[in-house]
Amino acid sequence: MNITADQTARRDRMAVLARCSSQRLSALWAVLGLRQAHTPLRGPEAGLVMLRGRIGGTGEPFNVGEATVTRASVKLEDGSVGHAMMLGRDHAKARLSAVIDALCRNPETAARIDAELIQPIRRELDVADETRRQQTAATRVDFFTMVRGED
Amino acid sequence: MLNEATALEGGFSNPVLNAQSVFRAVMDAMAKPATIVEVDAVVTPPSRLDRAAGAVACALIDTDTPFWLDATLAESTALRAWLTFHTGAREMATCGDVAFALVGAPQTMPPLERFAQGTQEYPNRSATLILQVPSLESGAPLTFEGPGIRDRVVLAPRGLPQDFAAQWKANRKRFPRGVDLILTTGDAIACLPRSARLVEMEG
Amino acid sequence: MYVAVKGGEVAIDNAHRLLADRRRGDRSVPALTLDQITEQLSIGVDRVMSEGSLYDRRLAALAIKQARGDLIEAIFLVRAYRTTLPRFGHSEPVDTGAMLVERRVSACYKDLPGGQLLGPTFDYTHRLLDEELEGDPQIETGAQRTDAQEPVMRVADILDQEGLIEDDGFIDPALEPGDINQTPTEFPMSRAMRLQSLSRGDEGFLLALGYSTQRGYARSHPFVGEVRIGEVDVEVFMPELGFAVPVGRVQVTECQMVNQFKGSAKAPPQFTRGYGLVFGQSERKAMAMSLCDRALRAEELGEDLVAAPQDQEFVLSHCDNVQATGFVEHLKLPHYVDFQAELGLVRTMRAEYEQRTGEAVLETREAAE
Repeated sequence: MNITADQTARRDRMAVLARCSSQRLSALWAVLGLRQAHTPLRGPEAGLVMLRGRIGGTGEPFNVGEATVTRASVKLEDGSVGHAMMLGRDHAKARLSAVIDALCRNPETAARIDAELIQPIRRELDVADETRRQQTAATRVDFFTMVRGED
Repeated sequence: MLNEATALEGGFSNPVLNAQSVFRAVMDAMAKPATIVEVDAVVTPPSRLDRAAGAVACALIDTDTPFWLDATLAESTALRAWLTFHTGAREMATCGDVAFALVGAPQTMPPLERFAQGTQEYPNRSATLILQVPSLESGAPLTFEGPGIRDRVVLAPRGLPQDFAAQWKANRKRFPRGVDLILTTGDAIACLPRSARLVEMEG
Repeated sequence: MYVAVKGGEVAIDNAHRLLADRRRGDRSVPALTLDQITEQLSIGVDRVMSEGSLYDRRLAALAIKQARGDLIEAIFLVRAYRTTLPRFGHSEPVDTGAMLVERRVSACYKDLPGGQLLGPTFDYTHRLLDEELEGDPQIETGAQRTDAQEPVMRVADILDQEGLIEDDGFIDPALEPGDINQTPTEFPMSRAMRLQSLSRGDEGFLLALGYSTQRGYARSHPFVGEVRIGEVDVEVFMPELGFAVPVGRVQVTECQMVNQFKGSAKAPPQFTRGYGLVFGQSERKAMAMSLCDRALRAEELGEDLVAAPQDQEFVLSHCDNVQATGFVEHLKLPHYVDFQAELGLVRTMRAEYEQRTGEAVLETREAAE
């Protein structure tokens, strides 16, 4: 599926919001001082999504099992609409993420949010991933050939 | 992004309680066929859909039940976006394999036999048709009998297909297969489950 | 036959109260927190998520606490909870090739791109109880290595380059996989639905069946092509946005079992595959699942059906521990009337038997005289 650059930016932001911790998000949000009045369009509400895999990793899709998700859609006073969906059951985080998504409809606000909220969190998440990668790498087996048998 | 917000506004404000109350109304109306029941229709769908039809759709349709819209309703992009957003269901292009159909102009709708009828083993795999009619009281009176009806009951919906009587009899003949109807107008609904028999009246 | 009876409300209330009391145990011992369970009993939590068929660590931890550590009871609680939530949709199929890998081993290749990554494994421990863990010793963080990172290539892709492993076949993009939650069970069942059933199946049951295939019941010459554990991104398509939204990551364990196959009327000699994919870290379950998946493909591959693990009805109807425990445990519910009827029947049969044997003894005696 082809998506526009605008959609890619929105999607990347959503990926960060979905993975960050509730506390970290609230802390950075409080500093930003962008509190906005908003009305709910849908949710926040918890529900299920069926997680799918592929047979053999790359084949036909199949249903593995469900996961809890929470979604929220809001409208700001200027009419901007924001959406959020994330694993887990944290209503407050889903609502706040939808508000942030709505605020990012405005390019100037989006730039500020990206610089002061999204990018710092993304860096932290990347560092955590890198740590895990390196910890896994430390358990990599280096084989040494002791004896090679002759025919 | 035109009208993005308006296309999404007006769903259930309290999904669990709202859906329960609408479900209760539909259940009562199904249990007492051809009886008019008021729905506490707490939704404001885009203009082409009545509040009752919108509320019934939001309460019954979900991600596992694809729906179909007749041409009159499908014309409205706002309505299609609204229904998809609030029900989570997929809209299908053809009427034959959906669980729900929403019909804005029943007079010109496809014949009832074109919708999913269920099977002998699984009669529940049939379609429920939500027909939006101009009135439930000012049309030609139809008399029904059957389970849930003491003696007989009369309903006078306006705007049904010309040959509705013949179609409904054919639907009854397919029992336990067949479709069920939810007629809506304004804030009111009346149901015709497949078990309701249309009575031939003299003259 | 059933007879409705009433009574026992007070006894039941008090039984529940006693259960709560025993669950809490000695009040001088601090109560378990859910964080303690998710952090320190994480593999138990994973099992409850996998067999409860619901990915939510905190709910699984709560279920374990409420069930006093009875994992099947906890799985039951999670299955029940699931039914209270609306289904919003389904995810895009997760890409296990793009996993943030925490462990990956292969028994087919020694040196393979990405290497053998042992990860946090119990393998190579000596299985000696560690008395230090009676306390709360200082534990070092994992060692880190920066010079050994390369993409962790799938073993199936390596084998595929030689054309000696079966491919995925044609994938119809419009195909919707069936869902065992919504379709009445009918056999034969599609492979997609079998895998869903196995993925939430009982670990012990699948382990025993998988073991039996190794011991000769539906023998399939298995090798671990690859086991990998790690986190995968989950994306859900949202129509109102027009694209798939990343909603977070889940940890899964995947097993590609590779099986020597000498060929049949339907397929040439090649390696065939059995597949396992489960929530959380559970290598044993994923491996057992892949053995069972392969055994259940017997008919598709033109093999003789000779053993229970190849029998769909046998495996899939009995692998669900919530169903199994429900039916086994229902036997303890009152069957007073049934039993009275059986008692009457056995008494009558016994009387007839005694009369017959009595007569027979008499006849024998008469014949002898």
